[in-house]
Amino acid sequence: MLEIGLAHYLTLAAILFTLGVFGIFVNRKNVIIILMSIELLLLSVNINLVAFSANLGDLVGQVFSLFVLTVAAAEAAIGLAILVVYFRNRGSIYVDDINVMKG
Amino acid sequence: MIVASLAFYMFAIVLVGAAVMVISAKNPVHSVLFLILAFFNSAGLFVLLGAEFLAMILVVVYVGAVAVLFLFVVMMLDISFTELRQGFLQYLPLGGLVALIFLAELLLVLGGFAISPQAGTRLVSPMPTPETLSNTHALGQIIYTHYVYFFQAAGMILLVAMIGAIVLTHRKRTGVRRQNISEQIARRPSDSVEVRKVQTGSGV
Repeated sequence: MLEIGLAHYLTLAAILFTLGVFGIFVNRKNVIIILMSIELLLLSVNINLVAFSANLGDLVGQVFSLFVLTVAAAEAAIGLAILVVYFRNRGSIYVDDINVMKG
Repeated sequence: MIVASLAFYMFAIVLVGAAVMVISAKNPVHSVLFLILAFFNSAGLFVLLGAEFLAMILVVVYVGAVAVLFLFVVMMLDISFTELRQGFLQYLPLGGLVALIFLAELLLVLGGFAISPQAGTRLVSPMPTPETLSNTHALGQIIYTHYVYFFQAAGMILLVAMIGAIVLTHRKRTGVRRQNISEQIARRPSDSVEVRKVQTGSGV
């Protein structure tokens, strides 16, 4: 219990990933919280990658984690930009309103 | 050893608590602040794992840029957040059930998981001991050599994201006076000054 190994980090990452997915389910109407939940998901994936990297003694996991961080930052920037434009056009960020392109 | 274990449990518990608060806080500003707390704690976990460069990146890039960007957007959009939370209790039971099943599955998979003993013999880039080479130095040595194309691709992704965000949010405003240098230089007295003959006592 007191010896911290790979399993501890993987369990923590699993809990964090589940919380992220749960956040998307529960806050279905609020895009900002959904974006934050996606950040939580990516964070848990990073914890997994770094835990494996440290456990195996291989640096590639950390390199990959760095690229995941890059993509996550780009995704957050674009997502928030789309959100701002949508708010400017519609005056709300209500997810259920985002169906104007539905055929 | 026991200090590291206690530190792990402290970081892990605060991280999970902060993540719960991110998805359940009533006010999105509080959600963003808890997200920042979660990032700080996972940076602590990365330090415990010996990945100090990633921990620093997490604090600088995530807390310093991404979370603050979220904070800007949440404060800039003037929305009543109470009506956005209306489905919260409606989706709670089913979402909770799915999340519990998902977590149980993940933990079951982890329970039956073991690393093959041969895995340690075929490492792509073995981690150097901290006495000879620091984590940042070692990462730099492989990012700028073996992964240089990926590094460039990451830079391109960031560039495209930056251009995309600017193009998306930029708007032409009407009624703004801007300098037009060539027009200003090309202006002649004849374009703007008009001499009129004014009759005495009648005005223009």
